[in-house]
Amino acid sequence: MTDRTPLLSVRDLQVHFKVASDSPWPWAKPQLLKAVDGLSFDVFPGETLGIVGESGCGKSTLARAMLNLIPVTAGSIIWQGQEMRGAGAPEWHALRKSVQMIFQDPLACLDPRMTVGQIIAQPLHTHLPQLPAQEVMQRVRAMMQKVGLTTQQINRYPHEFSGGQCQRIGIARALVLEPKLVICDEPVSALDVSIQAQIINLLMALQAQMGLALVFIAHDLAVVRHISQRVMVMYLGRAMELASKQALYLAPQHPYTQALLSAIPSPDPRRERHKKLQLLQGELPSPIHPPSGCIFRTRCPQAIAACAEQKPEIRSLSSGAQVACDLI
Amino acid sequence: MALLEVRNLNVQFKTLDGVVTAVNGLSFDLERGQTLGIVGESGSGKSQTVLAMMGLLASNGSATGQALLEGQDLLRLPPKALNSIRGNRVAMIFQDPMTSLNPYLTVERQMTEVLELHKGMTRRQARVRAVQALDAVKIPDAARRLAMYPHEFSGGMRQRVMIAMALLCEPDVLIADEPTTALDVTVQAQILALLRELQREHGTAIVMITHDLGVVAGLCDQVMVLYGGRVMEQASAESIFYQPTHPYTVGLLGALPRIGNDNPSLLAIPGAPPDMARLPSGCPFNERCQWREPQCVSQRPALTALPEKPDVWRACHKSAAQIQPLKPSPAP
Amino acid sequence: MLTPPEIDGLVQGRSLWSDARVRFARNKAALVSLLLLALIGLTCVIGPWLLPYAFDSADWNAMSTPPSWQNAHFWGTDDAGRDLLVRCLIGGRVSLTVGLLATLSSVTLGIVWGATAGFMGGKIDAFMMRVVDMMYAIPYLLIAILLITILGREFYLVVFTITVFSWMDMARVVRGQTLSLRSMEYVEAARAMGVSNTRIIFRHIVPNLLGVVVIYTTVTVPGVILTESVLSFLGLGIQEPMTSWGVLIHDGANAMEVTPWILLFPAGLLCITLYCFNFIGDGLRDALDPKER
Repeated sequence: MTDRTPLLSVRDLQVHFKVASDSPWPWAKPQLLKAVDGLSFDVFPGETLGIVGESGCGKSTLARAMLNLIPVTAGSIIWQGQEMRGAGAPEWHALRKSVQMIFQDPLACLDPRMTVGQIIAQPLHTHLPQLPAQEVMQRVRAMMQKVGLTTQQINRYPHEFSGGQCQRIGIARALVLEPKLVICDEPVSALDVSIQAQIINLLMALQAQMGLALVFIAHDLAVVRHISQRVMVMYLGRAMELASKQALYLAPQHPYTQALLSAIPSPDPRRERHKKLQLLQGELPSPIHPPSGCIFRTRCPQAIAACAEQKPEIRSLSSGAQVACDLI
Repeated sequence: MALLEVRNLNVQFKTLDGVVTAVNGLSFDLERGQTLGIVGESGSGKSQTVLAMMGLLASNGSATGQALLEGQDLLRLPPKALNSIRGNRVAMIFQDPMTSLNPYLTVERQMTEVLELHKGMTRRQARVRAVQALDAVKIPDAARRLAMYPHEFSGGMRQRVMIAMALLCEPDVLIADEPTTALDVTVQAQILALLRELQREHGTAIVMITHDLGVVAGLCDQVMVLYGGRVMEQASAESIFYQPTHPYTVGLLGALPRIGNDNPSLLAIPGAPPDMARLPSGCPFNERCQWREPQCVSQRPALTALPEKPDVWRACHKSAAQIQPLKPSPAP
Repeated sequence: MLTPPEIDGLVQGRSLWSDARVRFARNKAALVSLLLLALIGLTCVIGPWLLPYAFDSADWNAMSTPPSWQNAHFWGTDDAGRDLLVRCLIGGRVSLTVGLLATLSSVTLGIVWGATAGFMGGKIDAFMMRVVDMMYAIPYLLIAILLITILGREFYLVVFTITVFSWMDMARVVRGQTLSLRSMEYVEAARAMGVSNTRIIFRHIVPNLLGVVVIYTTVTVPGVILTESVLSFLGLGIQEPMTSWGVLIHDGANAMEVTPWILLFPAGLLCITLYCFNFIGDGLRDALDPKER
């Protein structure tokens, strides 16, 4: 891709959960739910990596694992050259100063009993406790203006704001420490279309202004393509394809990516009518009993017998894209 | 006479804040085999429209106007008569398939109930018909699945079951209230393809309510754009998507990130959807409109047809020529 | 809705507590109950000083007399010639004090137990909740009788006995609330931000617990008062010559057929107090209902 050093490197990340087994006997071995099963990617400074997938693909688990909110089973997370797996609480605390998160439900991620000012000031109190109150207020106000909120609102409570404004508060809270990387977990999925556009524009503008790197997780391919430079497609805990946005959308290599792209309804009646749909057959397999070999083979229109035998490794193609499919 | 004629539909709710008008002056015609898309964001009143027609409004809601199904006014029917039409000639599918299916009854029981009630079939006859219906919506192993409970199906499958149930009595009109919003995009594509196919086979008219313009583009012939409970623009899908004539429609289309579009900035409509208890005076969209004039605040524009294209109806003081798609404005 | 008031150009926020206050004030039954309760409490405290008779002095001229204005026995006298009104008010002091004290201790115990169980989770939570289940299974009256017979009928022992059987509801409710708060997205956001566990508990969980705690406290009080009355009715409550509503009802029940007012007045007072607490509890529950946002 590029020869800059990555800000964040994830290698072979695995997040497995023990779930109650089907058998009711107390000595039955618990089963393993492989929410994330071997992901590797880099995030470079100032760029946006989009992560796309449908429900059950593990993207939310990934977001939380990257911040150690969920324990990681295996693999490594390297932040600015330092291995974070096995790191102690002080190292993670230091990381959280530079890596922040924006959540999906704009209202639920704000404590209903705190004012907007207190919410945005909280990261400052947590990581820079020595800052004088005056300075804290100044930074909070500056941040509010940056995200498009009027400073008169500083004493209001989250439930007095609309969904879009709540998301702006969430963004202000995430950016007040001027982090290097922001993980956005479906930040616009719960918003109306017109508000979605406002928030997307805002994020892109702030990214340019503040030189942020973003990991943008969503299920809406069109939104992800708009905001990202590179896109990773996930399915049932594994990466299917990772490519630059032009490569992914103009020439998708992996059958899953192709199916996803053809399934997006576009606001263009003539195109929709003549679209050749690549419908996926079957259902999403259970992550507790994933298919052998290639995890996508049960729904892949191009699957052959050999796909069941070996798990396809991610290979780099000449175009620079990385694909997990043995048929390409 | 059209299959379904709605004239001047108003829906009001008595709340602690006073009377809230959720839907104001809605009219449309639906012919057999046609699909109407009702598009709007949250609070636009799109769901309340169809709930009123089906007699499913909350207890503090009331509807005025007319909703004529082949001459019969659905809003004025006594409950017994309305019951014989619901599920039979007008069927509805809802957004959340988990809560729309009774978790305590098997799928078979829920489907045979409809047939026994409206078609007077025996249990055995109804069961045969139910298996046929599940086959038609492409549920594999239909006979065995009939005995299962809703929680044993995935989201997409449950929605198929809902569609099967809705089509059991071969209704004239199928109302779909955001049927694919809660589903993954690949499952959504399957469901929409299914709806298209079933419509071709049975000639059912569909009223599709959604906030997703892409879904509308793929499925609908006619489109109605709602904002603040009122119709902003009403026209054929071709007109709406390729020649939008209302600022809100233009804004909605511009706000969508498109695969083919490389523009770095999206057209963001400033402001937020209105609080229905406190609608602005004049045009409900005026506070967010780029073309606003004093006239827009003082006087509400009436829904009028375009002189050159009588199929296109819009509620705006400015002429269609003056509403040109804007270049996206820079940040928020 | 009016636009919110501005202070120094800043818009004053409308906190959830002020919203709840407004909703509570709209509930007429709850408001009236609050006033009535305050009135009863005040009268119990001040009343005995204003009345001419002491609660334990016998008026030999008026034994078992019905209520009358002439001899200033407004609520009549009992069979020992003691003025019923004063005894009801003194009894009210005792009942209400026992009620509040026992409530305080059971609420404290319940909160600590429930919050710990909810926050620790896992095996500790399971164990602590099994203890609660066990307490529910024990027939409290039997054990209360045992305890009081063994330990005696001192004031604080009565409070202790009542506490032992009144803390479980609060524990369960607080545990449930703590569990649901732990998984709230804003708690997750705080963890993602790097806020320490202690700060999360005090900043995010405790303030959001208060609503539930307040509601269940107002529900616990009548239960406790009733328990005390039942114990007194059985002869296990406050010792003579101290009296409480339960004792008065006990005495009144014995003399019910001949002198009904000895039963009616204390029973009536008890009922009204309990109803008041219930209405207030209902009002608080509706006012603090998160769906009403």
